[in-house]
Amino acid sequence: MKNLSFLLLGILFGIIMFKSEAASWFRIYEMFQFKSFHMFGIMGSALGLGISGLYLIRQFDIKSFGGKSINIPDKDKGVARYIFGGLIFGLGWALSGVCPGPIFTLVGAGYLPIFVVLLSALLGTYVYGLMRDKLPH
Amino acid sequence: MQAILNPWPWYVGGPLIAMIMFLLLFLGKRFGMSSNLRTMCTMCGAGKHASFFDFDWKQNSWNLVFVAGTILGGFLGAHYLSTDAAIDLAPSVIADLQQKGFASAGSAYVPTELFATSALADIGSLSMLVIGGFMVGFGARYAGGCTSGHAISGLSNLQAPSLVAVIGFFLGGLIMIHICFPLIFGQ
Repeated sequence: MKNLSFLLLGILFGIIMFKSEAASWFRIYEMFQFKSFHMFGIMGSALGLGISGLYLIRQFDIKSFGGKSINIPDKDKGVARYIFGGLIFGLGWALSGVCPGPIFTLVGAGYLPIFVVLLSALLGTYVYGLMRDKLPH
Repeated sequence: MQAILNPWPWYVGGPLIAMIMFLLLFLGKRFGMSSNLRTMCTMCGAGKHASFFDFDWKQNSWNLVFVAGTILGGFLGAHYLSTDAAIDLAPSVIADLQQKGFASAGSAYVPTELFATSALADIGSLSMLVIGGFMVGFGARYAGGCTSGHAISGLSNLQAPSLVAVIGFFLGGLIMIHICFPLIFGQ
């Protein structure tokens, strides 16, 4: 039953990513050229609602469906990992035109070369795991 | 119905993404796509080579189910919920991209120069996909999250580390598009 909810939410997310064009290489390029409001509108409105919704959840201690308090754990402290990791991610995002959500969306949409991106992203994750102790965090 | 088949405007897409994040929170989970890449490495046995992957992946199986849905959603969106998926780009962007060799700009959803099957035979396109994908995977795990975990979930939770990461995402993207692309594609 719970797995069915995750499956349905995932389906909805994939449709949203495709239909809002957030999974389009072109839209990402256009965003970094500041030539359209589209992507900024998507992220800005999601963020605006996210911030206000979480504020309300805290303010009124709104519980989850399971009756538990809702809290997102704080991110780990540190600066270097967020700067360097963020920069590397951004370079790859602009080059391939996809972040992880859209990678899976495009797998479903049926573009064969996206499998190259997916396998490379898995390799990148793996190499990070190997190098982790040697990197500044 | 036509409104669904047409491209969705930002004020539909953005709020729906926030809704996904909230529904996951109400189900007791956190919105984050890139952590699935780590889980998949663990499933392939990466835990034998690095302690980072040595964890019980079954605790994240809900997210893999979510990913299976995302793939299915991409299929439905592309094949059943779109009539013309060509991106209505700003005219100046179309001109700019065509000059850089992306002739499909303005008439396709993603550049055929990168995502048509024939692109696999082009060493330049292949390099872009491999290097880009590698940096997305490496960078997301190094930064502890991607666009969903930091830019949507983390920033909604007013996390300073997420703000630093998102500034990094955009700086990296701007460097790629405004410094690297002119070097790669000329002009």
